[in-house]
Amino acid sequence: MTEASPRVRRRALARIWAIAALPLLAILIALIVGAVIILGSELIAGGPFNPILPLTAYLALIQGAFGTFDAVVDTLVATSPLVFGGLAVAVAFRAGLFNIGAQGQFLMGALGAVAAGVAVSGQPSIIAIPIAVAAGVAAGALAGFIPGFLKATSGAHEVVTTIMLNYIAIQILALLVSGPLKVPNSPSPVTFEVGNASYPVLFGPNGHLGIVIAVVAVVVLSWVLYRTTLGFEIRAVGTNPDAAANAGMRPRGITVLSMTIAGALAGLAGTDVVLGSAHHMTSSFGTTVGFDSIAVALLARSEPIGILPAALLFGAMRAGADLMQIKAQIPRELVDVIQATILLVLVATPVLRRLINLRGTKAAIAPPPTITRSYGSGEAQP
Amino acid sequence: MTNATEAVRAPALEMRGITKRYPGVVANNHIDLKIRPGEIHALLGENGAGKSTLMNVLYGLARPDEGEILLDGEVVQISSPSDAIARGINMVHQHFMLVPVLSVAENILLGEETMANRVFLDRREAHKRIVELGRRFGFEIDPDVRVGSLSVGWQQRVEILKALYRDARILVLDEPTAVLTPQETEEIFAVLRRLADAGHSVVFISHKLYEVLEIADRITVIRRGAVVGERRPDETNEEDLAELMVGRGVQLVVDRGESHPGDVRLKVEGLEVNDDRGNRVVHDVSFDVRAGEIFGIAGVAGNGQDELVQALVGLRKIAAGSVRLGDRDLTGRSPRAVNEAGVAFVPADRHRYGLILPFSVADNVVLTAYYRPPFARSFLRHDDAIQAAAERAIAEYDIRTPSALTRVGTLSGGNQQKVVVAREFDRQVRLLILDQPTRGLDVGSIEFIHKRVIAMRDRSTAILLVSAELDEVLEMSDRIAVIYRGRIVAVRDARTADKNEIGLLMATGGGERQAATTVGTAT
Repeated sequence: MTEASPRVRRRALARIWAIAALPLLAILIALIVGAVIILGSELIAGGPFNPILPLTAYLALIQGAFGTFDAVVDTLVATSPLVFGGLAVAVAFRAGLFNIGAQGQFLMGALGAVAAGVAVSGQPSIIAIPIAVAAGVAAGALAGFIPGFLKATSGAHEVVTTIMLNYIAIQILALLVSGPLKVPNSPSPVTFEVGNASYPVLFGPNGHLGIVIAVVAVVVLSWVLYRTTLGFEIRAVGTNPDAAANAGMRPRGITVLSMTIAGALAGLAGTDVVLGSAHHMTSSFGTTVGFDSIAVALLARSEPIGILPAALLFGAMRAGADLMQIKAQIPRELVDVIQATILLVLVATPVLRRLINLRGTKAAIAPPPTITRSYGSGEAQP
Repeated sequence: MTNATEAVRAPALEMRGITKRYPGVVANNHIDLKIRPGEIHALLGENGAGKSTLMNVLYGLARPDEGEILLDGEVVQISSPSDAIARGINMVHQHFMLVPVLSVAENILLGEETMANRVFLDRREAHKRIVELGRRFGFEIDPDVRVGSLSVGWQQRVEILKALYRDARILVLDEPTAVLTPQETEEIFAVLRRLADAGHSVVFISHKLYEVLEIADRITVIRRGAVVGERRPDETNEEDLAELMVGRGVQLVVDRGESHPGDVRLKVEGLEVNDDRGNRVVHDVSFDVRAGEIFGIAGVAGNGQDELVQALVGLRKIAAGSVRLGDRDLTGRSPRAVNEAGVAFVPADRHRYGLILPFSVADNVVLTAYYRPPFARSFLRHDDAIQAAAERAIAEYDIRTPSALTRVGTLSGGNQQKVVVAREFDRQVRLLILDQPTRGLDVGSIEFIHKRVIAMRDRSTAILLVSAELDEVLEMSDRIAVIYRGRIVAVRDARTADKNEIGLLMATGGGERQAATTVGTAT
């Protein structure tokens, strides 16, 4: 029908707007805050007042991220672990769990991948890569299983346990990298290279296999969540565990399973960094992928498809920050400020909504009750 | 009250042309309401008719798009509940806003602390006022008692005291009798009467017709956001009010016909169940339900019926005893096993146990069967089958929803319950457990659900009906058990059951009554 189609299109646009409005607003506010900080710090430092300096900086940032083919590839390389990490936080969110432990699971995954990768580094890639990936996934999954299991059996809140496990992961990393995995007689704690277990480069100077796997992971997770009975159970338990239990689902089992899946995905993030770009580990393997992932998941509203643009934004800022530093003399840490502001704005959505009265937009954190409520504390029998 | 006295009394409160629009609906459409001093004014309407919106406007929780509010003939702006309270308008909510661990006095003082000096509360003065206020309106209350230890009826009185302590002139009660026994209802009515006699105005929100006829001086009926009639109790009756409310003739009493009970379907023996804190709350409960029979369990909320039902459907551990369905032992089986054995369950709290509100109607229709063919092939959801089942349920159970993909949370309470009913009734059911199946529903939905239940009974389904709504149990059941403090204290044949006797059993468990009879015979 001719009259119907524009209306349908308008409704589709309205729905997209309803989902994307707040994240876009958060990004805009963060950019404004960043601009204010740039101008303010210039003034404090006594430099000449240059009102277009923020613009210069942001242009350099964009140029650094997307200016050349190689820059785009760099951006994608920085994006891929954030995709896995974002999925790891998002899938837990959908199950009603706040996975603060993506960082620990990420480190464990990296450790698993490097340990196995070094061991099989001399084997042909076709054998070495699957083994290293499996090890990284398994290590991450284990790190996710533990808080899931604790929550299901004792009601221990996952926010507390995953934060603690983050520290445990850092210590395990330090122990292994300066001990069993250390290159003998090396003056610094560093592991061997993963050799043939490295992801093959598919395009550009460093566009590796992990980027493709990341896109596949998004599609697979989206499919699991919306097309399978397991995904239905995860979403049901995450939204209303009591009704899910009444419907014959097993909330505790789903809790354990979701955290394990989350851990496996975060483990894939660690694997991606080790096999795709770092190829070895040091004891200060200190990227903040796991923490940035929380912001990515929030920005994507825990929607698997949304993880792609959200991770790309964060990846681009990471990749473009160097050029910004060179061209506009703005420290790359400005990127952290922008990211943190995005996160703050998203978390403060209820306040914002009241201030600006955005109609028809959804709250950023879909299941608020799960942050305070714990059904695993022995109230009802599953 | 005669017409002459009415004429001279100016309204204490007047709402003029109140209009409130929400996206897609007009919740209040030019509503006029006059409340006179010393009047009990009932606001009657189905759920979603706009009663709550109107009261929210009055209480400063919603801002009207049009219209004005007059207090004693003067236009006032009420933009928050504290505004309302400052002007003498108080609301007693359906769900009490009390802190159980605090005393009566502390609850009443919350936010309105009478200070002896800058640091300390003036407890003595506050206590004196509370006791005096209670006496004036016909009840003695100890200000030091913990609210959590009071019965629901007394908690409600604390809420009313709280309002009176704040010098309420206009008291709004939102479905105050929903949680009370018949006796408690009588008692609270007596309190309301005295309030009105003392010159307070009471706005009484309800959808129970007989209560409204009993207590109100004037009844305003609201339908679809507009006033459709104003009546005095002596010029109307239940049928007339129901028709006004629903907009069509309504069958108030279920035409249930004779039941033809068959074999014993559910057999519960010596059941013991604990609550969340590990206290035994169901004691040695035994009963059976036959095929083609409705077995009602009446009891005041909180007497163990929630735990009993949860144990039967597998949501709660059974401490002792057994549950058998036909020749199958269901003791301690999982909710899914119980469901697959042919037990359907309509929970009392549909928002918590019955539905996943942000999910679509379709997803909720298949909430228990989602993993079985035709809704799933191995682990893959079969969306076409789910959609088809949802559309069938929507047509069959008259669920008013824009589409099968609409979120259930956006539907009205009655339509939400129809989604649950459609899911639970529309399959091979051997035992149907109904826990407060019509709580909070409007007359039309209640009629619909009752008819369906009777139809299920006539297809020789065994039905267990648990309700705090004595009238519902009396109307629907073939046999009635009364549960009191976790024990079944009596079982009666519904045809010969006496409403007062059952009400008394619900309130006292029969202990006091027996004592009274003994005393009576002794003297």
